[in-house]
Order: sequence, then structure tokens, then C-alpha cells
Amino acid sequence: MPESVNKGPSSSAPAGEKIRKTAKPKKKKAGTFGTALANTPFVVWSAAFIIIPLLFVLYYSFFDPEKGFSIEYIKVFFTEPMYMKAFGLSALYSVIATLISLVIAYPFAYFLSKVSPASQRLQMVLIMLPMWMNMLLRTYSWNQILQDNGLINKLLGVFGISSVHFLGTPGAVILGMVYNYLPYMILPIYTAMSKIDRPLLEASEDLGCNGFQKLRRVIFPLSLSGVISGVIMVFVPSISTFYISQKMSLGKVTLIGDIIEQQIKLHYAEGGLNRGAAMSLVLMIIILIATFIMNRFSDEDEGVLM
Amino acid sequence: MKENMILELKNITVSFDGETVLDNLNLSIRDGEFVTFLGASGCGKTTTLRVIAGFITPDSGDVFFDGGRINDLPPYKRQVNTIFQRYALFPHLNVFDNVAFGLKVAGMKKEEIRPKVEEMLELVNMKAFAHRKIHTLSGGQQQRVAIARALVNSPRILLLDEPLAALDYKLRKDMQNELRRIQRATGITFIFVTHDQEEALSMSDTVVVMNEGKIQQIGSPTDIYNEPQNAFVADFIGESNIIDGVMLEDYKVRLDGRDFECLDKGFAPKEPVDVVIRPEDVDIVPLEKGKLEGEVTAITFKGDYYEMIVDVCGFKWMVQATDETKVGTKVGLIIEPDAIHIMKKSKYSGMFGDYSTFSDEMDQMDAEEEALEQMEESDNA
Repeated sequence: MPESVNKGPSSSAPAGEKIRKTAKPKKKKAGTFGTALANTPFVVWSAAFIIIPLLFVLYYSFFDPEKGFSIEYIKVFFTEPMYMKAFGLSALYSVIATLISLVIAYPFAYFLSKVSPASQRLQMVLIMLPMWMNMLLRTYSWNQILQDNGLINKLLGVFGISSVHFLGTPGAVILGMVYNYLPYMILPIYTAMSKIDRPLLEASEDLGCNGFQKLRRVIFPLSLSGVISGVIMVFVPSISTFYISQKMSLGKVTLIGDIIEQQIKLHYAEGGLNRGAAMSLVLMIIILIATFIMNRFSDEDEGVLM
Repeated sequence: MKENMILELKNITVSFDGETVLDNLNLSIRDGEFVTFLGASGCGKTTTLRVIAGFITPDSGDVFFDGGRINDLPPYKRQVNTIFQRYALFPHLNVFDNVAFGLKVAGMKKEEIRPKVEEMLELVNMKAFAHRKIHTLSGGQQQRVAIARALVNSPRILLLDEPLAALDYKLRKDMQNELRRIQRATGITFIFVTHDQEEALSMSDTVVVMNEGKIQQIGSPTDIYNEPQNAFVADFIGESNIIDGVMLEDYKVRLDGRDFECLDKGFAPKEPVDVVIRPEDVDIVPLEKGKLEGEVTAITFKGDYYEMIVDVCGFKWMVQATDETKVGTKVGLIIEPDAIHIMKKSKYSGMFGDYSTFSDEMDQMDAEEEALEQMEESDNA
């Protein structure tokens, strides 16, 4: 993940490029075999855990043991109202969760990049700390906290406020998404911001920018690559999640991830595997297109990929 | 005189973490002047520039612009623009938009911005590059864009923070001329910071020599070179032999036991002084004709002249001459009255002006090496 974060358009790439360019010819002769050897584990790993599973998804999307090749499973995604509704909800919730994450993360990253380095390190650790715990556990904890007789409602009870149903509402689902994926928004934005050269900020002041103009004309454009990385990194897991919706909505909100899970888990025998695979494939393609479009907002020649 | 002072610094003191960087600095700059702050790194020249730009608020003292106190005016409200050391061009904007930046911020209309930016790009010969991305430009081209970006705002003062330091020698020469031309064409006050004395002398109307957060001398390039006020300035600007002397009476100084005529007066009788003699003003003559006697200990070919080190009673003089003299030759030296410049003793007396080594650092290394050798000797014994 850190690699993807570092591909800002404003990066000091030129220097790095030069070094690489001059270093390459030297290595060329002796390096080819060694390089290939060094790459082998990665190639094997990619093949085993990325390419082959994808081929399986592709296969099950179009083939089943009885009928052979069929686009039936793909078609069902678009024709079955329940699926379209679930997909629509997924898209809506993930967009809302992404926007909320952005609104929280951007000012946070901005102020984080301005405090002392020691404080920056401490706060980074605090941001990362919850991620050392399994996501399912974190979501389950929220489920407990938001229960009708959970921590928050007990606290409200102290003030004489009667119990509020949090769980089962769209808000709870979105809260789950934001809580789980917020660090993925903060990190790339923070990285992009801390890479902005200080003299650029002084130059903007020198040329007449007050605080807000500086933010709008220099800081925002130069941190846009981080924003796009963050948006992709929050949007993608949010749109395909199923555990968060189950635990936070108590099954009342069905997202596309839930449907895929149900298909594979409960309807395996009657073509569920094929439908699940087909839906995953469609979802992947939609995410790919969305990512591609978002990359267009970034610098023309330096896209940010996930 | 007073009314055309565009900038005045009064008793400016700045310190970082308890270390004084600017020490009670006073300076007035006339409108339309090309002023250079000259000094080694850490002398406070860049800090002074940042005080003028508004990036540093002085601990004490006042900054006056056009007679008004601007201590508390933030940088974006000052009629001052800066050319930064590494240019600080905006990487997300092309050349045109970089230059247009200040005008856009000021809320100027697009159709007014275009001709102004184009005129500026014309002035710095970058018109053909208007739509290029910044990272595709060479150092010299970026430099020109930075100049245009600052000047398009018609600042009253342009601050230049070592803008030529990153350029190669020939390009630097060209840009020196270019900057001088632009300064004359626009009439804007330029305040230029450099550690390169040649650059300072060749470009400026006024040179401000700084050291240890203090101004050592303010004057025209010729004044600074011909009439240095203390040993620091004499050593920093060009090459100088700085010899201990005693002023016998007006127009007469004694050094190395010989009396010399000079053009200086107004010192107390028998006052110890520092005597500056530039290497090109010392003439080498046959031994019997010389006023001073010495031995050539080193000679370096410099292209259009030879640089020689001549040992006179243990003091190493630097002498420049067009004729070669072999190492080991005993020679006579003569010095004309107008080649002698007398300075009052200062805290810098005795620190500079002997050519056993060229730099202070080398002196230090020599001293350390000697100390080490002595230690080893005593260990062996």
C-alpha cells in the first residue's frame, strides 16, 4: 500500500528517475538473469493468488457444468431487481462513506502535516493502532457499542435519554465503513501534503495568497493525487463489503457484497457459485471503470492506481 | 535624500534558539537601487531578506517601507516579491500559469492577465515556452520563469535569494547581465543576496558586506574593493595581503621595518594599523632594487598572470605578475604609495591576509595536524 501512496504528481521523481536511468545500463548485462531470478517469487505469487483466482472467477461467470457457456449469470445481475437494488445501495453508501471520510481526513491530514515531526509520528501511530486489530473484531465491537443496551445507550440513559436504535440503520452501516477505512484516506493525503515543498507555500504567500487562497491554489492541487488515492482506497472496499452491513444493519440492509456471499454460501448447489462469480466480475469491472475515471482528475501523465 | 528611501531597517535583531542571527542591523535602501548583500553562509544575509519579505518577524527593531512601519504586515500584503533560491515554481501549473499566478490571486481579469504575462515572458525570452510544464525546463529557463513570475506583479522591491547559485559558470554570467538589464529596464529596486564577491562587484550599485549578523561595510563596488574598512572586508573581497603596520605620521607608514609613503592620514602618531596591499599592486624587481626582500616559495599559472607566494620575514605575501619567477629566487618587492590602503585595527586584525594557506579551514587543519604530530612525538618519547 505505501507504494501506491507515493505516486503523487508533485513527487521529486525527476531526481529518482535520473538515478535509475544512469544506473540501468550498468546492470543490463549481468542483471538480466539475476533480475529474472529475483522476480520469480513475485511472478509465482501473482500467478497463484491473483491471476489463477481471477481466471476462476471468469470461468464460473460464464460456464456451468450443465449448460456450458452462458451469459445468463451476467445478465441476471442487471435484470434481477433485488440485485440492482443491492448494488445501488452499495454504490450510494460507499459514495457517502467516501465523502465523509474525505471531509474528516483532509483537514486532519492538513493539520497533521503542520505539527512537529515528533507529534506527527505519534499521531500516525495512533491512526494505525486500530488497524493492528482484525477488522471483523473492530466491526463487532461497534455492534456491541451501538446495541440497544450497549455502551452509548447506557451513557444516554444516564442523561435520561431513552434508548436509541442505532443498529439496523443506514447510518450505522456508513459509520462502520468510515471507521474501518478512514486511515486509508488519511494516509495518502497526509503523504501528499507532507511532500509539498515549504518554499512553494512561501512563494504563494509572496505572490499574494492569504491562508485560504494558499489552500485552494497550491495545497489542494498538490495534494489531489493523495485525495484520489484515498478516495479509491475507501470507495473500493466499501462498495464490496458484506460483513460491515451484516453486523451494523442486523441484516436489514442488503448490499451487493451480502448478495454475493449469500449466493455462494447458501445457494452453492443451484448455480449460486456462478451467480456470485458473475456479480463479482461485474463489480470488479465497474470499480475498474470508476478508478479509471477518477484517475483522469489527477495529473494527465501520472495517474494514481490502487 | 530621505524621501526616496524605499526601505529602512532600524535596529533589527533576530535570533533563533537563543543564537543571534542579526545583531542590531541598520540599513537604508534607495528607490531604484541594485543592492547586494554579500557574505558567507550564516552571515545573516538571507535572514535579512526574509525579514524584508515578511517571512520572519524581527525580535526587535522596525522595518519601514516608503516611510511606513510594516513589521506586522503579512508577506501577501507587501509590495515585495521574491525569487527563491530553488525558484519554487509551482509544479502543477505550466509556465504561463506560474507567471499569471500573482495576477490571478489579485483578482485580475483573464483578458488583462494575458497581455501582461506575455509581455513578461517576452522580457525574459521565454515566450515560446508558455505552455511547457515546469519540470521540462532547464535550470536557466526555470530561473527566467521565476523572474517573470515575480516581476509581473510590478513589485516595488524584488528580492533575489542567491538566484544564480545553481547555474553553471557561463550561464551565470549571462544571467548576471540579464538581471542587470531587467533592473535598468524596469527601474525596480533589486535586493540581491550572494556569497560570490565577483557577482556582487559586477552587478550592484551598492554592496552590503555582512558577517556574523552585522554589516561590515556598505559602499559602491569600487569603494568596497579599494577602501575596505577592516581586515574581514579586505580579505573577503578579492585577494589581499594584510600586514601589521605602524602609522608614523600622515602619509607615512612603517611595515616590516621599512617606511613607505602612502595616501592615508588622520591616524594618531605611532598608531598600530592594518595595511592592505592587493597582490596585483606589488611589483617584483631584482633583489638590490627592492624595498622589501623575499623568496618565492610557490608559483601558480593562472592563465593571464602568475600567482606567486613570496616569503618576506616569515609573512607570506601573494603577488600577481605577468612574468614567471622560479621558486627559490630571492626577489625585491616595491609598492607604490597609491597601492597602500590603511585600516584601523579591528577584531578581525591578524585573522586574515597571510597566504600560508588560502582558507581559514586549511589553517585549522594545519594546526590540528601539527598538534597531532606533537602528540605522537611525545608518545614515542
